Amino acid sequence: MKLWEGLEQDLNYNTMVSQRGVVNLYHSDAQRDAYARRGNMMRIHGIDAELLDEAGIRKHAPFLDFDNARFPIRGGLLQKRGGTARHDAVVWGYARAADTRGVDIIQNCEVTGLIIEGGVIKGVETTRGTIRAKKVGLAVAGNSSRLGEMAGLRLPIETCILQAMVTEGIKPLIPGVITFGAGHFYISQSDKGGLVFGGDIDAYKSYAQRGNLPVIEDVCEGAMAVMPMLGRLRVLRQWAGNVDMTMDGSPIIDKTPVEGLYFNGGWCYGGFKATPASGFTFAHLIARDAPHKGAVALRLDRFATGHVVDENGQGAQANLH
Amino acid sequence: MRISCPYCGERDAEEFSIQGEAAGPRPEGGGIEAFHAYVHLRANEYGPTKEYWYHANGCRRWLVVSRDTRDHSILGVELARR
Repeated sequence: MKLWEGLEQDLNYNTMVSQRGVVNLYHSDAQRDAYARRGNMMRIHGIDAELLDEAGIRKHAPFLDFDNARFPIRGGLLQKRGGTARHDAVVWGYARAADTRGVDIIQNCEVTGLIIEGGVIKGVETTRGTIRAKKVGLAVAGNSSRLGEMAGLRLPIETCILQAMVTEGIKPLIPGVITFGAGHFYISQSDKGGLVFGGDIDAYKSYAQRGNLPVIEDVCEGAMAVMPMLGRLRVLRQWAGNVDMTMDGSPIIDKTPVEGLYFNGGWCYGGFKATPASGFTFAHLIARDAPHKGAVALRLDRFATGHVVDENGQGAQANLH
Repeated sequence: MRISCPYCGERDAEEFSIQGEAAGPRPEGGGIEAFHAYVHLRANEYGPTKEYWYHANGCRRWLVVSRDTRDHSILGVELARR
């Protein structure tokens, strides 16, 4: 979060970081207890978290349907410093800053193979020639298994598609991000005014970058359940992106069995929010050949040894979360 | 996406639920490495793949569906057998 807060100054680029809060709604005593526990865990680690009751949520987001018959809103967990950023601007800002600092970014250049001699990485083959290197980092969201296969690795990853939708632009309505976990639905508002929302992944493996209608229907049902006013809006566009789902719902930032080859991937549907931390800890791993203290648990071999990360708490198969 | 069930004919994929890659029978006596590979590791093919699908809202039979992960086309369906 602190990396996000300093990002615009660091990159000298307006990435539209907008810290208007992220709230997770709860609907029952059991969910409240779970969120209280999550909030306490966050605070122990020095992260802001505030458990709001129904009155608190009514003040924060008065437009929600509090009296839904199945999921009446009883409160929520608020992280006040969370929020939104413009994803294009984050990419542009990083690209420009990296270029300014001497990084070569080669566009329209596909990696076709990895050069490995005696278990040590020597470089990459591309459609525009060979690049020799002593260290290679794999950070290829949506294609981790394809690149892993080039190194002879079989990864604990399934690639699925996550759909999102944007409505026509309206006046400022939604503060920050609201998640309705019980209905598998989240929503925020872009600075242009469009409401951005989504929900479940399509549970089957796919690289197609387009989804199917049942999930769209499910997401829109979630929307209508928590914010009936959304029924008045038109969806302008909809898309799907490839997401690499790991077996425990947490990412992998680790060395691989190939010496000099490092892997960062399996961010499931939550990669964007971790962009600065992901890059920072991956750079640390590559530069020092040892994991950053914030990423020691994100090991590649944790599934074999039983040290899975229980952050998602939903089981050991990608289609469960 | 529509799947041609051998019993029910072509049906919407919404009637089915997916189990995952058709990885074959569990490895008996293969040791921890074999079990780790069976439970956690995936081929995650870019292109044709075989998966177990369950026709939950139909004949309730398990199927092996061959599907292309690049464009969702269904290449073949057969009944799952051990």
